[in-house]
Amino acid sequence: MSAEPVRILRRALGLVPAGPHYFFRRHALIVRVAHWINAGCLAFLLMSGLQIFNAHPALYWGKSSDFDRPVLSMTAQYTDGGTVGVTQIGPWHFDTTGVLGASDVDGVRTPRGFPEWATLPGPQWLAMGRLWHFAFAWLFAINGILFWAYAIARGHLRRDLLPTKKDLAHLPREIVDHIKLNFPRGEDAKHYNALQKLAYFFVIFVLGALIVLTGLAMSPTMDSAFPQLLWIFGGRQSARTIHFVCAFSFLGFFIVHIAMVILSGSWNNLRSMITGSYAIEGDKDG
Amino acid sequence: MAENRRNFMTRAGAGAATLMLSGCASLSQQKWVANLLSEVEILTRHAQRLFAGSHALAPEFSKKDIAPVFRANGTLDPATPDYKAHAANGFRDWRIEVGGLVERPFSLSMAQLRALPSRTQITRHDCVEGWSCIGEWTGVPLKLVLAAAKPKADARYVVFYCADNMAEEGDPAQFYYESLDLLEATHPQTLLAYELSGQALQIEHGAPVRLRAERQLGYKMAKYIKRIEVVSSLAQINGGRGGYWEDQGYSWYAGI
Repeated sequence: MSAEPVRILRRALGLVPAGPHYFFRRHALIVRVAHWINAGCLAFLLMSGLQIFNAHPALYWGKSSDFDRPVLSMTAQYTDGGTVGVTQIGPWHFDTTGVLGASDVDGVRTPRGFPEWATLPGPQWLAMGRLWHFAFAWLFAINGILFWAYAIARGHLRRDLLPTKKDLAHLPREIVDHIKLNFPRGEDAKHYNALQKLAYFFVIFVLGALIVLTGLAMSPTMDSAFPQLLWIFGGRQSARTIHFVCAFSFLGFFIVHIAMVILSGSWNNLRSMITGSYAIEGDKDG
Repeated sequence: MAENRRNFMTRAGAGAATLMLSGCASLSQQKWVANLLSEVEILTRHAQRLFAGSHALAPEFSKKDIAPVFRANGTLDPATPDYKAHAANGFRDWRIEVGGLVERPFSLSMAQLRALPSRTQITRHDCVEGWSCIGEWTGVPLKLVLAAAKPKADARYVVFYCADNMAEEGDPAQFYYESLDLLEATHPQTLLAYELSGQALQIEHGAPVRLRAERQLGYKMAKYIKRIEVVSSLAQINGGRGGYWEDQGYSWYAGI
């Protein structure tokens, strides 16, 4: 098969831009591998984490649990109208029946923190949730540390992720562009813009570190080896609450990330994270 | 065209995610998956011990941190006729047998236990469910009791047999049991505790004597202890995994 029909087919399927373009190697192999390992880990960790949370669906602040004053709780209340799920955050109470506090298990409204579709495994099964969680926690941490080492040693952090002064000066303009969904094209698409740099840097180097450290702070043996962990986070129950907030920050990042990937060209972005090649519109020297 | 493609990709993505997740749900039912994931426990144990060793102490707290009401969990009252008789008698005739792979097996009355050197510690109890409670415990370091019994050279684990029957009514009796390895059993904060907040243990907290293993989760800390046995392997005891909850799938190493 000659090259021409393949090119026509690709263009017809919309896999490459219709106009003039060329390919640019956007992501190094190690970045792509680490990205996909991380994506898998996050799915397993979030869902098994919610299973663990469901064993005691309440969060506290401080060294220990003040059962009368949770920061957040999900409870089931029995009313004349049936079982109602109530989510409490600080002084506020919300009716979250069907999703949080009480949801359907085999058609029966059951007291549960998060619903069956959100947890791994689906049914209430703390022992299994812990097995999944700790296995993927190891993979997540090792993958993260290797990525950090690569990013720092090979200049990926300095070159591509740390915002420059110029980036920060462009920040207000970029926020407006993002809201209008104007994405960079041509040469400008070859590097991350300031918003991307800030988001990736924060998620990889701040959230990643926080979620691992707060996870370790919940371990009684690690607390004996590193009591500083408790001092940093203000106690084991605070660490558990911060761990939960970090997990949902990852989820929030994921949702925005997927939205941006789709809006700015799903196939081009996806290909660049699989094969490394990213199509840039225009002539190479243009 | 682009719209269709986007729709297709969204649906394909959602479909793949659903398949993967329902796959994982059924994977959880497979014994080999649980066994494979359980292997990680060994890695966790070695890694944690690398940092914590045999002597790093669990954090101790001050009086003002003590919970006004210490939450009781697990069995709240063994309620067997035998246990009830002991409770009615103030546990005066309760004896703790110490045996197995030791040179000098013996048994201790509560009065004898209380006469041994004791340690008082204000520590945090971490339940596997996720909550924590701080309490002040007094008891005899298990290390002293084991030293008196002189474990033999092939001793590796210490097993605690309890008075609480976990079986449903009508089923064959299944008494709670737990185990620690010698490293955790001889840790300075591992106690045979008989007091909480300076008062003799209440029934819900494991009267007359329970284990405190402060670097481990709550389910390791057996209550209502009747017998302590030193063994070389856990394989032949009950379900073979070293404890009542372990036999139900929980990890034997409960440092996290």
